[in-house]
Amino acid sequence: MNDRNRPGAEPDDSGVSRRDFLRISGITAALPLVAGPKVVLAAGQEIPVHGPGKVAMEFSINGKTFKAQLEPRVTLLDALRDQFEITGAKRVCDRGECGACTVLLDNKPIYACSVLAIEAQKKPILTVESLMAEGKLHPVQQAFVENDASQCGFCTPGFVVACKSFLDRNPNPTAEDIRRGLSGNLCRCGTYHGIQKALAQAAQKGA
Amino acid sequence: MPDYAWPPAEQRRLLGKRIQRVDAPAKVSGEAKYTYDVHRPGMLYGKVLRCPHAAAKVVSVDISAAEKIPGVKAVHVVQGPGSTIHWEGDDVVAVAAVDESTAEDAIRAIKVKYQKLPHLVRDVEPPKGAVQQQGPLSLDDLDDMLDNQVPSREMVRQIQTNGITEKAEEDKLQELKADGADDEVLEAIRAAKVHPEASKRPKSNYQQAATQTLGDPDGALKNAEVVSEGLYGVPVITHCCLESHGSISEWTDREHLLTHISTQNVSGIPGQMAEPLEMPATNIRVHQDHIGGGFGSKFAPDRWGIFTAQISRKAGGKPVRIMLERDAELKVAGARPSAYARVKVGARKDGTLTAWQSQSWGTGGPGGGGMPPIPYVFNVPNQRKEHVAIANNIGPARAWRAPNHPQAAVLAMCALDDLAAKLNMDPVEFFGKNLELTKPRQDIYREELGIAADLMGWKQKWHPRTDVRGVAVRGVGLSLHTWGGRGHNSDCDLTIHPEGSVELKMGSQDLGTGTRTCILMVAADTLGIPMDAIQLMIGDTSYPPSGGSGGSTTIGGVTSSTRRAAVDARDALFARVAPALNAHPGDLECVEGTVRVKGDPSRSLSWKQACSKLGAMPLTVRGKNPDKSKPPDLSNSGVGGVQMAEVEVDTETGIVKVKKMVAVQDCGLVVDLTTAESQCYGALIMGISYSLFEEKIMDAASGRMLNADMSLYRLAGLSDIPELVVHMMTGKGYDERGVIGLGEPPVISPGAAISNAVANAIGVRVPYLPLTPDRVLAALDQKGAA
Repeated sequence: MNDRNRPGAEPDDSGVSRRDFLRISGITAALPLVAGPKVVLAAGQEIPVHGPGKVAMEFSINGKTFKAQLEPRVTLLDALRDQFEITGAKRVCDRGECGACTVLLDNKPIYACSVLAIEAQKKPILTVESLMAEGKLHPVQQAFVENDASQCGFCTPGFVVACKSFLDRNPNPTAEDIRRGLSGNLCRCGTYHGIQKALAQAAQKGA
Repeated sequence: MPDYAWPPAEQRRLLGKRIQRVDAPAKVSGEAKYTYDVHRPGMLYGKVLRCPHAAAKVVSVDISAAEKIPGVKAVHVVQGPGSTIHWEGDDVVAVAAVDESTAEDAIRAIKVKYQKLPHLVRDVEPPKGAVQQQGPLSLDDLDDMLDNQVPSREMVRQIQTNGITEKAEEDKLQELKADGADDEVLEAIRAAKVHPEASKRPKSNYQQAATQTLGDPDGALKNAEVVSEGLYGVPVITHCCLESHGSISEWTDREHLLTHISTQNVSGIPGQMAEPLEMPATNIRVHQDHIGGGFGSKFAPDRWGIFTAQISRKAGGKPVRIMLERDAELKVAGARPSAYARVKVGARKDGTLTAWQSQSWGTGGPGGGGMPPIPYVFNVPNQRKEHVAIANNIGPARAWRAPNHPQAAVLAMCALDDLAAKLNMDPVEFFGKNLELTKPRQDIYREELGIAADLMGWKQKWHPRTDVRGVAVRGVGLSLHTWGGRGHNSDCDLTIHPEGSVELKMGSQDLGTGTRTCILMVAADTLGIPMDAIQLMIGDTSYPPSGGSGGSTTIGGVTSSTRRAAVDARDALFARVAPALNAHPGDLECVEGTVRVKGDPSRSLSWKQACSKLGAMPLTVRGKNPDKSKPPDLSNSGVGGVQMAEVEVDTETGIVKVKKMVAVQDCGLVVDLTTAESQCYGALIMGISYSLFEEKIMDAASGRMLNADMSLYRLAGLSDIPELVVHMMTGKGYDERGVIGLGEPPVISPGAAISNAVANAIGVRVPYLPLTPDRVLAALDQKGAA
């Protein structure tokens, strides 16, 4: 896939490299299994280690604060859906392949299935539910409605968020920009034709 | 007798127009709730331990460690020691726990020992020798057929034709009944000839499933002036519904079950759950607001739907959710049978088709698989057809949009296209010349072929196959298709309240095809009120039963019963209103939110005023479709469609790009032009996906699926979509046939049209879909070597 706007393409800023993580894993295996953050020395740095038990977490989702006790292995998607019952983002592939769980983290589109909840703390999270204002659909949503860009609708929330974010970054996209920019989301019913038209219309209206 | 007929064109306010999908705002805002989104208080999360082998016997199951994990509420052995597993990923043990992670831990703590058995997952080679004439069926065979959802009509046919190996005692018959055998099947077993000697016969994977001869194929082929022979095929593909299969079940009291399930068949689910759960269907309530894709794979509660309810009972009735993981969804929750064939076709020099001969084979998993309806659309006068069903361990098949037709289109339309190439004829001319063989739809196809050719710019784009130059080469191809699609039984209750509000209840479901929108259009058009003045309730077994959404039967079913209910309710209202308008009920009409005297708009009541004449009680009427034995009136069966594809092939890399597709489609009377067109756009896109990318790739050595995720089981993405042109046939010759289903037809032809376009582009046939670069390069190599 050739997709410069693919959500999650940039590494997450957790401060822990993959190599560090492997070392930490080695250390934690020797630690007693108790909950709560610990501090270990890894690669010359003090790194807090959470879990494997439940950890208190706090999130900013759609402008509101949400708190929960979650295991560090819980993904942001599962936290949203199962803990907070914010179900617009859908669980489809659960491994960063289809885009149905696309949400904005720190205003960047990401696959919520591929980000740990614990790492999504302290950053604003926006889901599809945040896009309506005062009971009115966002212009991208309105364009989806007018161009019949949904069928079963299961991929639609992810597409809507990805499209909104795409237009924020590419206000005047060409048809080719649209084809490439939205290829990180998949649909089974075949609504791409409507989505292309919706995006073009929303762009023209300056969404 | 009430006049239910669809109103004449000039009186249709909504019917046939472009109307926005009514549930689109809920879908784009994330408010639409799917089964996967249902979150019940105290809900437990279920996970399933799946067999890693394609064929195995379960030797032992140890769940003791899993049961001890804190948070695990129930462990349920689905297939215990002694069970035989027929495909990778089949369920063995299910658990329910307070959260998903704990359920996953429990699964990892279960120890299962298997005895591996020999397996077969390949289906692409023609069977060599060893094809077994289908013999008498054992009771195990019948059990397997039920497990594999072989339709009862087909079971009865096989039992009557082949007999059985042992007499079935009444208790065994009851077991078969519990496994899903209906009365016709049981009767056939009771009446079947018994051949005890046949039980000793070892069973081959290759069964002769059909041998049919029509006319004199040998003579016709001998006398044919041009004969073309080729190899064609379509592999097993999956449904890959984005919302996986699954349900949430809970016991609202000791005797009552509430199930939220992702299904195409809301009204039909309780009847299928009742026997395995040993409870009356009346005590099972099923609910679903939205479904994230079904495509033919979601008609049954499935074994996992049954054990979700059983685990809930074990866990004290708490809600238990089991939604399949993506890999399980691709491995066990549905696949389209494969079909391959060596086809020989003959014609006169002028292009008149005279002969068809095919040896076909394919698999639908353990159940084998039937012969696609070949030769497709064109009823060639002389035919010989032989089909071998391969029973193997690739996993169970399910209905996939237009069952057997996309396969038939590839086998037949590609063979005919190769014959046209050999005749050096333009396929539009060749197919056009033989349209008499498509009776009774020859006029529809003729009109559609002309429109499609214009929309494609066929004349400018088609070239003989010999005329191929350069690296990036282009070509065009076409295909024809047909489908039935008469409306199913679909009851509904329409209520008009004395203060003017209207509600309509129906146990149907909207798969994303626009069912809600179309029901509301019909009711609103009939009552002369806005669509949003009617509250529509679907997706619950407390509403009148409506058929499963399969075989393109929904639109004809729901619009027909809605029209009947709305006409009856309107007429009942007229009877109550007539005295106030000093008119005869038959002289009244519902227009623009009023009830008025025809031809005298001054004698008029607002809708609200008119409804107040009902008195204190609301008026409810039941809409019901006529029995299937009666000729159809509002709905009908039988459509024709033509599709054309233009492709560009890179002859150095083998990459195929679809550049343009045209779909010209008939479906009788179009209800909502917007959602009808969307069905066609979607079908073209799904067709591009299965033509270029989709295949359930199996490892012959391990018997496992190699691409059970969404990066390796590739679906077409937005960047794969070319210019798409959809033209719906409407007006005279179409509208008066009534409403006919559209879900299946447009998804049938893309495979054949795209394959034919590639053959036109590169000058040689790529035998099998999907048209991947390696297959294209192999075909080019072979052409170079020839």
